[in-house]
Amino acid sequence: MSTDTDRAAPADEPEGRSAGGGVDTRERASEPAVGEPPRRWLGDRIGSVEVLAALLIILIIFRDPIAAALDDPRLQTWTTVFVSIMVQAVPFLVFGVLLSAVIAVFVPRSFWARALPRHPALAVPAASAAGVVLPGCECGSVPIAGSLIRRGVTPAAALAFLLAAPAVNPIVLTATAVAFPDNPEMVLARGVASLAVAMIMGWLWLRLGRTEWIRMPRRPELDDASRGRAFWAAVRHDVTHAGGFLVLGAMAAASINVLVPERWLQTLADNAWLSILALALLAVLLSLCSEADAFVAASLSQFSLTSRLVFLVVGPMVDLKLISMQAGVFGRRFAFRFAPTTFAVALLIAVGAGAVLL
Amino acid sequence: MNRQAQAVVLLLLGGAVIRASVTDLYLRYVKEGLRPFLIAAGLLLVAAAIMTLWYELRPAAPRALAPVGGPGTGHDDHGQAHHEPRVGWLLILPVLGLLLVAPPALGSYAAGQAGTALGSQQQSDYPPLPEGDPVQVSVLDYASRALFDRGASIGDRRVQLTGFIATGADREPILARMVLSCCAADGRPVKLGLTGDVPAGLPDDTWVEVTGRYSDRLGRDPVNDAEIPYLEVESWRQVPAPKRPYD
Repeated sequence: MSTDTDRAAPADEPEGRSAGGGVDTRERASEPAVGEPPRRWLGDRIGSVEVLAALLIILIIFRDPIAAALDDPRLQTWTTVFVSIMVQAVPFLVFGVLLSAVIAVFVPRSFWARALPRHPALAVPAASAAGVVLPGCECGSVPIAGSLIRRGVTPAAALAFLLAAPAVNPIVLTATAVAFPDNPEMVLARGVASLAVAMIMGWLWLRLGRTEWIRMPRRPELDDASRGRAFWAAVRHDVTHAGGFLVLGAMAAASINVLVPERWLQTLADNAWLSILALALLAVLLSLCSEADAFVAASLSQFSLTSRLVFLVVGPMVDLKLISMQAGVFGRRFAFRFAPTTFAVALLIAVGAGAVLL
Repeated sequence: MNRQAQAVVLLLLGGAVIRASVTDLYLRYVKEGLRPFLIAAGLLLVAAAIMTLWYELRPAAPRALAPVGGPGTGHDDHGQAHHEPRVGWLLILPVLGLLLVAPPALGSYAAGQAGTALGSQQQSDYPPLPEGDPVQVSVLDYASRALFDRGASIGDRRVQLTGFIATGADREPILARMVLSCCAADGRPVKLGLTGDVPAGLPDDTWVEVTGRYSDRLGRDPVNDAEIPYLEVESWRQVPAPKRPYD
């Protein structure tokens, strides 16, 4: 009986997971004959769901105190921004996950070998171009890039797609044109700079990247004999996984949104270089979706056009929710190298494009 | 978090999204155009939850994954402990946000934090105002006409607009309305100074419908130093918060 609860605990307890896993194996090894898989399994199952149910009941009981605690205008604004980032992102996340599950389960590996140029250096621009055509959002493109790598697409090409898909697509470029009616060159500059960054990052990965940085968890369920079961398992897993990291990113972005008043930016706008750096960082922290950031950039009218271009190029490629999701899908070692490099490249290219085109 | 619990969370998330989008709750957070996508995404989440439960709870279905007998029999939940995402627990938070808390639309606090949305770039030829006396215009429409063609297309017409009260530069009440381009994270205020019969003594976030005429007075937003147009108020009345809180 006691062993039962011992085993149930690790799966439910987020912290003790790895330690619990170790205990699990040892115990299992010591009692191979006595083990009763069905009972164990049942105990495990009820454990996680029970915790969830208890949590929800407690929250419903304490609904009024919770609502009262959120009465402070700052907390209230935080909650509104957090919920709205999630609501905005859910469709993009779900459709992205659906597409990535289709890629992972139904599109044969041989398709990618035929669809992409054999040489990785040529596959990078091809994948960037594919990103331009597909109207994606950053929340959806992370799981898609993940399953592309899983299906044998060269990481360089998958990463170029990951960067290009949210940054340059018809919806984003149209939004930019609408937001900057007097500066159509902004659309061109944004498109050219973002594409250049995506391809440079792809090629950089070919030269400097190491495959072992990308640590993607084993996913045995994807090889399930039943395609239907594999498909829904992929959808369930990716929504909880990428969605969980999206929540982390949305919480960070909502905190920045509430804690950093725009007043501070006013003082930075007067210095040309400082303003570029400030807007690049702001793009990372705010984590706006790429369909909307042009309108925010347009409203930051005290800043130079170049610094606003930097905001538009950096934002869709590096931001808190993306870093969080990339760390989840590709592993931390990857994300902590890839995100700063992308940031630096995007900053340089955008400043260059601004100098030439704006 | 095991698979059943994940299924329950997906079910709750899908249900919360569907509930928010069939009621008007979603209008507090995102644009109206997102509604069909929200409903579709919610239904897909519910479908994923149901399919997960279906595959998990089917009694003794032929489990291609579970090795039958042998030392590894501990079922696949040992492997599961390694790849079932813990981070999924966080998905309860948006569910709570939508089902239990349902925070209000952005209001005066957010308006005070950000500069007025009317920066530089705007068109300067506006179509004539629609028929009606007073004519119904949005805060955004009035503000851009007042600012960018100096009220030429408003002329001497009486206008009626709805917004909420916020505190302006000199502790004076101003009329504000948030505009969204995507979701409330990018919400920006459009601010309007008030002269004439100024609604006094109202707490922030009170929704009012004001009727008045164009005023050529201009103020400055302390946050981003942009110009704020004024409205000469003739009358005002308190109204309930509108269904669509954003312009």
